[in-house]
Amino acid sequence: MKIILNGEEREIEERILSRALCELDFVDAVVATAVNERFVSASQRSAIELNDGDRLEVLAPMQGG
Amino acid sequence: MQFYDVELASPLMLGTAQYPSPAILAAAVQASGAEVVTVSLRREASGNLAGQAFWSIIRDLGTRVLPNTAGCRTVKEAVTTAHMAREVFGTPWIKLEVIGEEDTLQPDVFGLVEAARILTEEGFQVFPYTTEDLVVAERLLAAGCRVLMPWGAPIGSGRGLNNIFGLKMLRAHFPDVPLVIDAGIGLPSHAAAAMELGFDAVLLNTAVAKAGDPVGMAKAFALAVEAGRLARHAIPMEPREMASPSTPVMGRAMLA
Repeated sequence: MKIILNGEEREIEERILSRALCELDFVDAVVATAVNERFVSASQRSAIELNDGDRLEVLAPMQGG
Repeated sequence: MQFYDVELASPLMLGTAQYPSPAILAAAVQASGAEVVTVSLRREASGNLAGQAFWSIIRDLGTRVLPNTAGCRTVKEAVTTAHMAREVFGTPWIKLEVIGEEDTLQPDVFGLVEAARILTEEGFQVFPYTTEDLVVAERLLAAGCRVLMPWGAPIGSGRGLNNIFGLKMLRAHFPDVPLVIDAGIGLPSHAAAAMELGFDAVLLNTAVAKAGDPVGMAKAFALAVEAGRLARHAIPMEPREMASPSTPVMGRAMLA
């Protein structure tokens, strides 16, 4: 299944968001997620199923002013 | 100084971007005495996880964090970013930025008020990056904001306090609202001037991060805000148009 991860196309096997994050090497990372421009909280990730073409944003702490 | 029931001793809030190295960032924060640093959220590259290392440095500083919504141009974007920031940083504080114009990075005050209303209703404690406009300030307070952060000058410009009159009006109009000068500060003297005007705090980033010696500049800002605050409390003299001799005239020798 193809998804758009942070603006780039990626091929993944896992459909469940929490598992897809592991597959994408975000295991144990402090990140926030949004699917198709909607925030998905950490507690919701195991209940969210990704579909072909979905846009997944994975954000992490970064420098800011 | 109190922001949403949190008592802070230092009137300096520091951004964490653009430092030459993480070690210099940490040393600058320490030298500044800042108890609050601003942070952001950006895309994390899978397998690289740069954000995790940064977050570890920030946690070691032991300061409070004020996440921002920098770069957001719509209410929806800003609100979604705030949701994501609350989860990652574990704080209801949000520095709300809704940018309306590219050259000046001026806030879109219409979107700002709307986003502030949505977020305060959801339990966020909003620090809105705004202009010195009194009517916008009223609307932000009506939307639930308990702190206002007017710009001094455009972000990163280092131009200081562009509209002293407007900022004075804001201070006079809202004597009990915590007011923070956010953006545009370039020199410690600008920060001191903001404190002398009666502002409660200043938030700056580039002036320290892009200095030749960021740690030295952080210390200079710490001293400047303290000097400005002390001066405000000491009640400055009124300026006058004409000279007035400070040395007594009485008893002056006639030697001419």
